[in-house]
Amino acid sequence: MAEVLVLVDHVDGQVKKVTLELLTAARRVGEPSAVVVGEATDELVAKLGEYGAEKVYTAPAELDDYVVAPKAELLAKLATDKSAAAVLVSATAENKEIAGRTAVKLGSGVLTDVVDITPELVAEHSIFGGAVITHAKVTKGVPVVAVRPNAVPAEPASGAAAVEAVEIEISEAAKAARITDRVKQEKGARPELTEAAIVVSGGRGVGSEDFSVVENLADALGAAVGASRAAVDAGWYPHAFQVGQTGKTVSPNLYIALGISGAIQHRAGMQTSKTIVAVNKDPEAPILEISDFAVIGDLHKVAPQLTEEINKRK
Amino acid sequence: MNIVVLVKQVPDTETERKLNPADSTVDRAASDGVINELDEYAIEEALLLKEKHGGEVTILTLGPEQATDSIRKALSMGADKAVHVSDEALAGSDALQTAYAIAQALGTLEYDLVILGSESTDARTGVVGAALAEYLGLPQLTLAGKVDIDGSAVKIQRQTDDGYQVVEATLPAVVSVVEKINEPRYPSFKLIMAAKKKPVTKLGIAEANIDPAKVGLANATTAVVDFAAAPPRAAGTVVKDEGSGGIQIADFLAAKKFV
Repeated sequence: MAEVLVLVDHVDGQVKKVTLELLTAARRVGEPSAVVVGEATDELVAKLGEYGAEKVYTAPAELDDYVVAPKAELLAKLATDKSAAAVLVSATAENKEIAGRTAVKLGSGVLTDVVDITPELVAEHSIFGGAVITHAKVTKGVPVVAVRPNAVPAEPASGAAAVEAVEIEISEAAKAARITDRVKQEKGARPELTEAAIVVSGGRGVGSEDFSVVENLADALGAAVGASRAAVDAGWYPHAFQVGQTGKTVSPNLYIALGISGAIQHRAGMQTSKTIVAVNKDPEAPILEISDFAVIGDLHKVAPQLTEEINKRK
Repeated sequence: MNIVVLVKQVPDTETERKLNPADSTVDRAASDGVINELDEYAIEEALLLKEKHGGEVTILTLGPEQATDSIRKALSMGADKAVHVSDEALAGSDALQTAYAIAQALGTLEYDLVILGSESTDARTGVVGAALAEYLGLPQLTLAGKVDIDGSAVKIQRQTDDGYQVVEATLPAVVSVVEKINEPRYPSFKLIMAAKKKPVTKLGIAEANIDPAKVGLANATTAVVDFAAAPPRAAGTVVKDEGSGGIQIADFLAAKKFV
């Protein structure tokens, strides 16, 4: 069976959940080979094996000192050397860029923000703010596919996880954009927005930069916090947390919208969420049309009650 | 310093957007065309850099005849001139083909910096900036929330999920911008009038050195197999809060095993 390369997302030696989802998706297509840039600890390798990785290719952390290009060189080299059937990455902003450059190098095609994938590598997309579902495939070369987090549920399967260090010399051109500093902004202990299984978002209805009503509910559920454009534009919450057309796209199992009317720009960023719950004062708010459960009322009363109730039931 | 800003005309998000049943491309006649929102931030950033460092701002657009509307809008914000590559052969090009065609068209221009929006509101692939840097062999300074230029040195804050990276390179370079970078200006009446007289150069693919065998639907690297309207979400439960709204949601979440 042909190898399917999966670029591993990892932080502090921990594999991200989306990588386990990709390994699961890769097994539909062929034999998963994980690609790790940076230190592949025993624990990390073991985890990849638990989700079916037959091989684990490792490359030096130095590749991460430059923007995107070195990783594209790595993936293109491996795809060619190993005659891979496909390359899968998670659909983060950075990985989509890596996917694009990899496909250019391979002379193939790229599909991004995929929400499902078949063994024949036909990819499902949800476009135009969720209004249209398309199926598409790459018609030239080795398909490079960026899959959204939470698209395919991760399922364990044992793999040999045989480690192989890749010898690669990065070109000078790929070192043209150097990362000279990394600044982490306050995020707390919450899960990452695009990867979280549950997202609680606040909008105009929150009414001020005091987002604690949203954050408290998120923390009770172990969820990530998001914000609508109205809330971000008002300066109540940082841009990095904006969900919508010009912000992040999320596809969690549960999305709770507090005081968000649900304009198309917002829906474009969350409509593929599996379950949607809304609290809104306005009985005409468009968010209600796509909600599985909605409460018409004051979020400042409903959300704290919900938070208390969840904490009680834990 | 000469800056080229990439501008794309997209279907207005506020209108119903459709695909053509015949070839699964975006139906550009079905909805009003507007300038891609993030491109306005790219134009604004180019204008701010010009105000600081001098030079010229050129708009580069690939697209059908109607895209002239977006080019005029870009010029009325203050760009100096525009190049419009319009050719039937480009219709149906995918993201990578588009990046190739832009790279070729850029070859006919002189520039120190290329600026674009980090994604378009129609296709939303987010790959064009990176693929363009790959084709041009230039530094990729994408997802910028801040751009600083000092001589031939360029430095950006690249937005990440948990903060930002400082990225440095030497011009020429490709920069893509995110929404937080600035606040695009509104065109003044004077600029709108002046924009009508600004030069717009029209190029066919031959003049832009674009190989017809590498663009267009027939040569695309991806193909839409089928598409359909998304099934409407089953009507959910809507209740009015009468003092127990939060508890009712908790019950719903418990039934769905979220709590």
